[in-house]
Amino acid sequence: MVYNYYPGCTLSTKAKKLDIYARAAAKALGFELAELKEWQCCGAVYPLAQDAIGERLAAARSLAAAEDGKLVTLCSACHHVLKRVNADMAANGEICAKVNAYLGEEETYHGQTEVWHYLEILKREIGFDEIARRVKNPLTGRKIGAYYGCLLLRPAGVMQFDDAENPGILEDFIAALGATPIIYDYRNECCGGYLTLTDKQATGEMVGRVIASARQKGVAELITACPLCSYNLEVNALGTEMPVHYFTELLAEALGLKEEETACR
Amino acid sequence: MQIREMEEAAEVLRISTVKAENCMQCGKCSAACPAGARMDILPHRFVWELMNGRVSLLAKSGTLWQCLSCFACSARCPRGVDPARLIEAVRLTVIRRQGANSINVDELPQVIDENMPQQAIVSALRKYNK
Ligand code: SF4
Ligand code: SF4
Repeated sequence: MVYNYYPGCTLSTKAKKLDIYARAAAKALGFELAELKEWQCCGAVYPLAQDAIGERLAAARSLAAAEDGKLVTLCSACHHVLKRVNADMAANGEICAKVNAYLGEEETYHGQTEVWHYLEILKREIGFDEIARRVKNPLTGRKIGAYYGCLLLRPAGVMQFDDAENPGILEDFIAALGATPIIYDYRNECCGGYLTLTDKQATGEMVGRVIASARQKGVAELITACPLCSYNLEVNALGTEMPVHYFTELLAEALGLKEEETACR
Repeated sequence: MQIREMEEAAEVLRISTVKAENCMQCGKCSAACPAGARMDILPHRFVWELMNGRVSLLAKSGTLWQCLSCFACSARCPRGVDPARLIEAVRLTVIRRQGANSINVDELPQVIDENMPQQAIVSALRKYNK
C-alpha cells in the first residue's frame, strides 16, 4: 500500500528522526510513504478566524494535491492544521468558495481527501496486534508515558483522533511494543507551544509540570508525535528532565530497525 | 465609545463565529486554562467583556499574548462557547494594523537556538505578527 505523505517543514530538518524512523518502519510493515511532490508549510497553527483565507491556502493546496484518497501526516501540528482546514473545505461554504477562488484550479476542492495520522494507519490499517507480532526487540520493562499534548486531540469533533480527555491510542501502541504504558495526569495538557519564543519561563513551568506529573507515576521516558512538544520538554523544562523520544523512534527500535539505520549512516 | 466600539465588538464576534451570548460565566474555561496564572483577564472574563463590547480594553490585555491556542477552554466549555477563537479574533484586530507586530524580527536570532524547530518560529510569527 502506498500513501500520500505530507512531512511538513520541521521533519525535513530539526525533527528528522520522526520522519526517517517512520519511513523505515513503514517499509518493514509493508506500506510506503510517498511524499507529495509539491507541498508547502502548513502554517503550523490553524487559522481560527472565519476571514483568514490566505492562511488556509497552503494547507488547501496540499490537500488538493493528494488526489487519491488518504494523506498521511506525522507532525501533530501539520495534522491539526490539515485536518481542520479540510473540515472547513468540506463544511464551511464561505471558506470553501473563497479558498477555491484563490486556488484557481479547474476542479473545486471541497475536502475529498482524508487526513490520516501515521498512528491511525498503524492502528486501523495495520493493527496493533500485527505490530506486536512483528516486534523483534520487545521493550520489556520500560515504563513509558505517552505525551499527547493538545493538537492531536482537540477539538475532538473535528480531530476524531481519540477520546480527548481519556485517550488510549498511544498507550495501546506502547503496549504493542512490549513496554509498559503509564497514565499520568498531564498527558493531554499543553507544553507551552510557541510561547518558547516570547516567554520561555512560561513554557518552562508548563513542561516542568508535565514531567513532574509523569515522574510521580513512575514514568522513565516520554514519547510524543510533535517536534515542538519534544523541544519544549527537552530544552525548556525548569529544574527537571526526562528522556523524550518520537513514537516512531520507539517503533523502529522495537522492530529492530534502529541499529540498521544507525549502521547505514 | 461607544458606537464604534460596539461595531468593533460585532466584527470580532463575526470573524470568530462564536456565539458568546451562550456563555453562562461558569468559569470552567478559566479553570482549564494552563496559562491562566499569567493572564490579566481570564478566559471567562474575556468572554464577558467582549459581550459587553469592551474591545479596546481587551486589545490592551496581556491575555492576547499568553493564550497558547491549546483549546482546553473550548473543549471543556459546557455551552459550546469557544474562548480561544474570541481571543484570536481580538488579537487579529490588533496585529492587522500597520506597525502593530508583536515580535521584533530583528531580535529573533537572539532567542532561536540550533535545536528550535521551525514549527515554533512559524507558529509564533503567525500568532504575533502579520
Ligand atoms: S466555560 Fe464556557 S460557559 Fe463557562 S465561562 Fe467559559 S465560555 Fe462561558
Ligand atoms: S486556548 Fe488559550 S485561553 Fe483557552 S485554555 Fe488554552 S491558553 Fe487558555
